[in-house]
Amino acid sequence: MLATLGQVAQDPFARPAVDWHALAPDLVVVGVLCLVLVADLFLPEDRKAVLPSLAGLGLLGALVPVLTLAVDGGDRTLFGGAYAVDNFALVLKALFLVAGYVTVLLSTNYIAEGDYAEGEYYFLLLSSILGMTVMASARDLITIFVALEMLSIPAYLLAGWRKRDPKGNEAGVKYYLMGVFATGVLLYGMSLLYGVAGTTQLSGIAEALATGESVPVISLAVVFVVAGFAFKVSAVPFHTWAPDTYEGAPTPVTAFLSVSSKAAGFVALLQLVVIGFAEQAEVVRPLMWALAVLSMTIGNVVALRQTNLVRMLAYSGISQAGFMLAPMAVVGQIGGDTLTSVVTYLLIYAAMNLGAFTVVMAVARKTGSAEIPSFGGLINYAPSLAVLMTVFLFSLAGIPPLAGWLAKFVAFRAVVNADTGWAYALAVVMAVNSVISLAYYANVAKEMWMNPAPDGDQTPVRVPVSLTAALTITGVLTLAFGVTQWATELGDMANFVASAVP
Amino acid sequence: MDNNQFLTDWGLTLMVFLPLAGALVMMLIPRTEEVTHKWVALAVTLATAGVGAAVIADFDYGATDTLQFAVNESWIDVIHSRYAIGIDGLSIPLVALTLLLTPLCVVYSWNHFPEPRNPKAFLILLLVLHTGMLGTFVAQDLILFFVFFEIVLLPMYFLIGVWGGEQRQYAAIKFFLFTLFGSALMIVSFLALFFVAGGDTFVISELAQRVAESDVSRWTGLLIFGGMFMGFGIKVPIFPFHTWLPDAHTQAPTVGSVILAAVLLKLGTYGFVRVALPILPEAAVEWAPIIGALAVVGIIYGALACLAQTDMKRLIAFSSVAHMGFTMLGIATLTDFGLNAAVMGMVAHGLITGMLFFIAGSVKERYHTLEIRRLGGILLKAPRLGWILGFTAMASLGLPGLAGFWGEFPAILSAYEPGAGLSQVTFRIYMVVAAIGTVFAAGYLLWLYQRTAFGTTTEEFENEDIPDVTVPEWVAWAPMLALILVIGIFPNLVFRVTDDQMTSVAQSIAAAVGG
Repeated sequence: MLATLGQVAQDPFARPAVDWHALAPDLVVVGVLCLVLVADLFLPEDRKAVLPSLAGLGLLGALVPVLTLAVDGGDRTLFGGAYAVDNFALVLKALFLVAGYVTVLLSTNYIAEGDYAEGEYYFLLLSSILGMTVMASARDLITIFVALEMLSIPAYLLAGWRKRDPKGNEAGVKYYLMGVFATGVLLYGMSLLYGVAGTTQLSGIAEALATGESVPVISLAVVFVVAGFAFKVSAVPFHTWAPDTYEGAPTPVTAFLSVSSKAAGFVALLQLVVIGFAEQAEVVRPLMWALAVLSMTIGNVVALRQTNLVRMLAYSGISQAGFMLAPMAVVGQIGGDTLTSVVTYLLIYAAMNLGAFTVVMAVARKTGSAEIPSFGGLINYAPSLAVLMTVFLFSLAGIPPLAGWLAKFVAFRAVVNADTGWAYALAVVMAVNSVISLAYYANVAKEMWMNPAPDGDQTPVRVPVSLTAALTITGVLTLAFGVTQWATELGDMANFVASAVP
Repeated sequence: MDNNQFLTDWGLTLMVFLPLAGALVMMLIPRTEEVTHKWVALAVTLATAGVGAAVIADFDYGATDTLQFAVNESWIDVIHSRYAIGIDGLSIPLVALTLLLTPLCVVYSWNHFPEPRNPKAFLILLLVLHTGMLGTFVAQDLILFFVFFEIVLLPMYFLIGVWGGEQRQYAAIKFFLFTLFGSALMIVSFLALFFVAGGDTFVISELAQRVAESDVSRWTGLLIFGGMFMGFGIKVPIFPFHTWLPDAHTQAPTVGSVILAAVLLKLGTYGFVRVALPILPEAAVEWAPIIGALAVVGIIYGALACLAQTDMKRLIAFSSVAHMGFTMLGIATLTDFGLNAAVMGMVAHGLITGMLFFIAGSVKERYHTLEIRRLGGILLKAPRLGWILGFTAMASLGLPGLAGFWGEFPAILSAYEPGAGLSQVTFRIYMVVAAIGTVFAAGYLLWLYQRTAFGTTTEEFENEDIPDVTVPEWVAWAPMLALILVIGIFPNLVFRVTDDQMTSVAQSIAAAVGG
């Protein structure tokens, strides 16, 4: 008996070579989330404040291997090509980690002061961030799917975290139902893809799809997969969950969903569109064109009517997603510009949108409301917050020299570069939409600068340290990205398509 | 020598960003230190003017058509945009105007900040505005130009919206949306131009060269020019895009109106001469008759609208539409004569209309109304103010010997002999119409003067104490009044600087269309 076992053990089992360095960022996050879970069990109630610090430090710690990998250079592929650590993955991992860190900063006081479970909150947040960092490296349908579920399922729970509030329940349930429905559609599309290609690897799928002609089943698969991710990035007409979920979820979670979760959706979409569907660009382009135009237009028009700032930011996020989809509507016609422009947009969008949410949270600590009129007279009793909010809002509107202009500019640049009638039409729609968006962003600025405080209460807002830190990070980035080449350099670095058209 | 080298390399950059640095310093000073804020703002604007004066003094006037103090450093490489700045004969008059005007605005506001006061925020916005305006006039890279062109929007939006009149919020957002709409189309045009020209530079002179070498199809050129036309034309504003102007000018606080009229409108006309004409000469020739037509419609429409106004400030605002019409007519002729007249028109209009808005602000402060029919007899109550109003109104209607004449008269005259490829008949018709416009201008300005300054004081103000011109007002106004007179007598002060540059622009257009 023992002898047979020994025999089995001696059989040549080839353990796949694991590049631990390449996996280090994700492993650090895994380690920290386990640590948070265990620490929560043993910490007394009054010492729970350690947890957010632990989570935040862990996320920053995970940045270290990202940096060493970047310095080390070179592309690393693991697990038979299913998992890649290249510059694209590193830039986005860094984005997810920093955005995650800012989310932890936003959550610190909110979660501690509310009647919420703290340990589980940070555990789930870290799990979701782990899904995102994995997503940045996923080059295989199965990895993509696992990453997507890993980032989504904790997010469903987080969205419903305010469990005693009916709106919080609505947020969680709506997000969950819509999310799993989208997952179903996505899985169906993936299964069709596998059926056609016989492989789950994106590069293999690209080869298999290079038929040179349009095959209905391939088109169907592409449409289903794109639709599945369109839910994730809240593109119209798959956006209906977003406003209710954003409003009902705890504000830090809303910020997280509107930035990190959306970015993760875009990462997957980018990989699929640029690698997997490279030969099916004729199917992808009109699809993206329609999604982009619908998202930016409908998102904008509905945002105009909002009276709640968080809902307004939700619709504005839908419209911003339209701008990020626009470069994908000319994919295949502009070389690597699609990647550069979408990644640049994501980086800038993360900074300015997180910033806007931070100010909302800081002000809500005093006013207890996210209704737009409650921001009246902010310039008089909290001038720094009002100025910062002005910076973030006009950055979202794309007014130079604030970062948002550069994001919009690279999107415009990618679209105009395609030099087709459809592309120019899209550029004009984008131009008109950036004007419409100004109307609602400026409306909030107007409230802060030109109207009196609704209740005449002029006591200053006390901003806790963690929110100040978040404001500093997002504010500095929003200003710096607008006048330096950092964001575009990172976007360019992430471009793994070698033959970039100027 | 060392000093000069420093000035050559850093002079313009220092000039452009000094106000911004000042604004940052002011952010750190508590709001209650109002006096400190005023002094810091004044010191910063004076220092900026000092640096600018050093640059202008060091400028080689023997070569006004070449770019001087040029800096060309890498900026955002991925999108091929460079930090390229420099000044030439076209920039200098406008830079000088901006440098002069901003400190005067600080002085003028010294004791009367409009409600809700808050000098800190007001002056910080003014300084940011200053950086935007100066930057636009020195930028030589389209993207840099675009960034500066847009930077002015935010401070102006808040100046109008926070410190403006009763309809301030409406006027502010209308101003913002109109100009942003133009700029959005403009940036699409810039991008299209960039790709047409080979996709590796945004530097204006290089772009012009590339476009000349490649054969841009007629329609592409026309459409790209169209996008720029929207961007610059709304800013000017050209009829029928002028509707934001009367609201913005009327509702803005005095200093805001002054800067809007004196500098911001010039960003549009400057853009035409700096960007649109040199890069797309062929398209410019095809667009010119349309621009000319809209210009003269603007002249007549503005004048007629003036005759119908009951509010002094609104009247001055509409007179801007008419005056900018003359400038655009000069540009549309595409001749060196017309372009020179246009630049002169920009400077003259800046000084004169700026001055008129200052006066309107002071009248409003004294009478608490600008309704023409309730004013009257200013000459009796405040004779100096009345005389200054008379002097400026005369300058505005184009009286020879004052600055306004040299903007208007040559612009009309230049339409007699338009540039190569333009129909003489059409432009001579424009000339006649524009000439009729000057008669209207005399009409509405004299009528305004008659109703406000002559006659007797209306009953309601008969016993009110109306103070005459105060010291800060004198300090702010004297340089402008002097310049109106000096340029009126020695127009060569401006023409000598601009002439070479404008001649080369006109020649290159003529060469491009083979005329």
